[in-house]
Amino acid sequence: MVNSSDPQAATTVVTPPEGRLTTADGKPLAWALARSQARAKRRAFLLVLPLLGFILITFVVPIGQMLQRSFYNAGFPANMPEISQWFAENPRGTDPDDAAWTALANDLLASAEARTIGVVGTRINYDVPGTRSLFTSTGRKVRRGIEPPYREALLEMDEDWGDPRVWSAMREASKPVTANFYLAAVDRTRADDGSIEQVEPRQRIYVMLFMRTFWLSLLITGLTFLLGFPVAHLLATLPMRKSNLLMILVLLPFWTSLLVRTTSWMVLLQQQGVVNDILVWLGVIGGSQRLQMIYNQTGTIIAMTHILLPFMILPLYSVMRTINPSYVRAARSLGATSWTAFRRIYFPQTLPGLGAGALLVFILAVGYYITPALVGGSSGQLISNMIAMHMTDTLNWSMAAALAALLLGSVLILYWLYDRLVGVDNLKLG
Amino acid sequence: MLDNTSGDAFVAFEHVQKSYDGQTLVVKDLNLSIAKGEFVTMLGPSGSGKTTCLMMLAGFETATHGEIRLGGRPINQVPPHKRGIGMVFQNYALFPHMTVGENLSFPLEVRGLGKAERETRIKRSLEMVQMGAFANRRPAQLSGGQQQRIALARALVFDPHLVLMDEPLGALDKQLREHMQFEIKHLHEELGITVVYVTHDQTEALTMSDRIAVFNDGRIHQLATPNQLYERPENSFVASFIGENNALPGIIEAFEGDKAVVKLANGELIDATAVNIRERGQKTTVSIRPERVEFKPEMMPPGAHSIEADVLEVIYMGDILRTRLRVVGSDDFIMKCRNTIAQTQLEPGQTIRIGWHPQDARALDPI
Repeated sequence: MVNSSDPQAATTVVTPPEGRLTTADGKPLAWALARSQARAKRRAFLLVLPLLGFILITFVVPIGQMLQRSFYNAGFPANMPEISQWFAENPRGTDPDDAAWTALANDLLASAEARTIGVVGTRINYDVPGTRSLFTSTGRKVRRGIEPPYREALLEMDEDWGDPRVWSAMREASKPVTANFYLAAVDRTRADDGSIEQVEPRQRIYVMLFMRTFWLSLLITGLTFLLGFPVAHLLATLPMRKSNLLMILVLLPFWTSLLVRTTSWMVLLQQQGVVNDILVWLGVIGGSQRLQMIYNQTGTIIAMTHILLPFMILPLYSVMRTINPSYVRAARSLGATSWTAFRRIYFPQTLPGLGAGALLVFILAVGYYITPALVGGSSGQLISNMIAMHMTDTLNWSMAAALAALLLGSVLILYWLYDRLVGVDNLKLG
Repeated sequence: MLDNTSGDAFVAFEHVQKSYDGQTLVVKDLNLSIAKGEFVTMLGPSGSGKTTCLMMLAGFETATHGEIRLGGRPINQVPPHKRGIGMVFQNYALFPHMTVGENLSFPLEVRGLGKAERETRIKRSLEMVQMGAFANRRPAQLSGGQQQRIALARALVFDPHLVLMDEPLGALDKQLREHMQFEIKHLHEELGITVVYVTHDQTEALTMSDRIAVFNDGRIHQLATPNQLYERPENSFVASFIGENNALPGIIEAFEGDKAVVKLANGELIDATAVNIRERGQKTTVSIRPERVEFKPEMMPPGAHSIEADVLEVIYMGDILRTRLRVVGSDDFIMKCRNTIAQTQLEPGQTIRIGWHPQDARALDPI
């Protein structure tokens, strides 16, 4: 540093303007630092560019597009422009007038000739089940010829055209941006007057499925904790040779296909399976009282707990390994019983691993699909099975996207809560 | 203080043996009595069994055989938390998720002390180690020396009568270590507690202890006060382990009472005190401290034998001149001369005759 009592050195001192540090020739220090590191930073960025591009193309863009479908569906307005226009000009509650019927007939004809009537029908079918055939059959009839007055002609072709629910559904579908998929994903719908109401009790499935998914995930997280904690502790404290063997046993399921693991649970748990056979042989249960342990929630819980167990054990193990045994010894020498030493000294230090493990298991469980599909029966299905169904069977991708977005959103909220409560900085994944 | 009868000893090991694998003994027939208020150090190279002994006393290891008594009561079956022994660990073992105050509060809480009482005691303990202002810090925010003080305060806060320390100063730099040695020593004197201290640093052991037990290979080789240990080592291991030492191998030529004349490899004779040798003709190692070697005839007792030595090197070390000599074919015979105004300057290549007072040369078992 410059010694102010030395006159020669004092002349070279650069007075920093407004107290900010500068380089010897008067440039701001922060600017000089950024400049000197810019080249290295550019090169480092070039190195990660391929990966960034890959992630953008294969991950960010498709997910973005998928999420867009949850609130944007132009299937109806793109193919039915005239009636969409009429809906835009006339407020809700207006009875369809001649202009509306004319627009509808023109659109149906144009759409039937362009062979897009199926898309339109599918879109309305989401909201009013059974209406896809209304559109396709009317489309065929319209192509054979239609004469004014269109109202009577269309009602003649199918009286369902007079159903206010169909008109209400068309009005909703005429706007490409809609919250209806989200409403449907939480068992809500728009009443005829546009207000939001619950769907009929027997159709309320999504909220129940969300609740079930979160509850089962929580339960499975708790089970993996109860089962994994002692194993992780054993791994961390056994001598190297034994712990390596145990580690292989923990990792072995990791190297086996998920499908194989799930199907082996089917072999074990089914009514004529190994576990039931043993119980009957031991006389715990009678031959006629074989337990139903698979194709229901129990099956989902058992199989998922087993499959997700390593995700709890490994972070716990990596944290426990770093806990010096002298902490517990110190606690014991200070007068704590082994339980108190565990509760107050050992356990709190495993929290970063427990948090990481719990978060991993929970997030994985919330999105689990194959295992519940195979061993869950009907009571063990999770929300992701419903998403898959909408993707592959009903082809209602917007609905699938809305459900997925809700799932993603709620996981992010939980993650945020976790961050507030525990602190993500404390996570230790290995 | 040096009472060795185990009947009224505060801590007593009786025929204690320890094996981890059932094949070898880590501790072989240990007998040790420690009086109340004594500062005893277990000193030895690593793997000599000293830490195992400490862990058995603390209750973290069980004795395979023998009995350990604390205050006259056998404690083999008493779990560590009921022994009431304070312990300072090598890595301090301060609980990282608690503040300093909570760390100190822990032993008091598990003893069910009230809040007011706890606070008084914590305050007193922290002030004892001059850390009164640090109660709200986390261990990670403290320097090594500060953590060391807190570990000490925590081991003392519940007023144990016995405190065990397992190489507590090992991680500190030299200056801080020397400073802490004095502080621990003073605390020991002030509080009148009994301390069992484990270290492999002989200087530390010599500075702090009332008595030192030198461990090697699972056995106590000598148990004595620091000056006895340094000046009268009882065997070659202790002589070579404590302090710097010149070892000259030879054969007992004459043997009379505690006086012995030793014939070295080249036939020269030197005087020595017989320690653990029994008869003429026996092999021996003569141990002489470098600072007790003399080369001026007037400093040697009359009639003492002297031998020839070649000066190889004189290292200037400020307070002393460390002179390396060739004696009876061995190149690492060290002589330390005080750096006084009148000191004779030796030059490499010079040949001198060296000698010593017979009581400073100790004829010990052969290495």
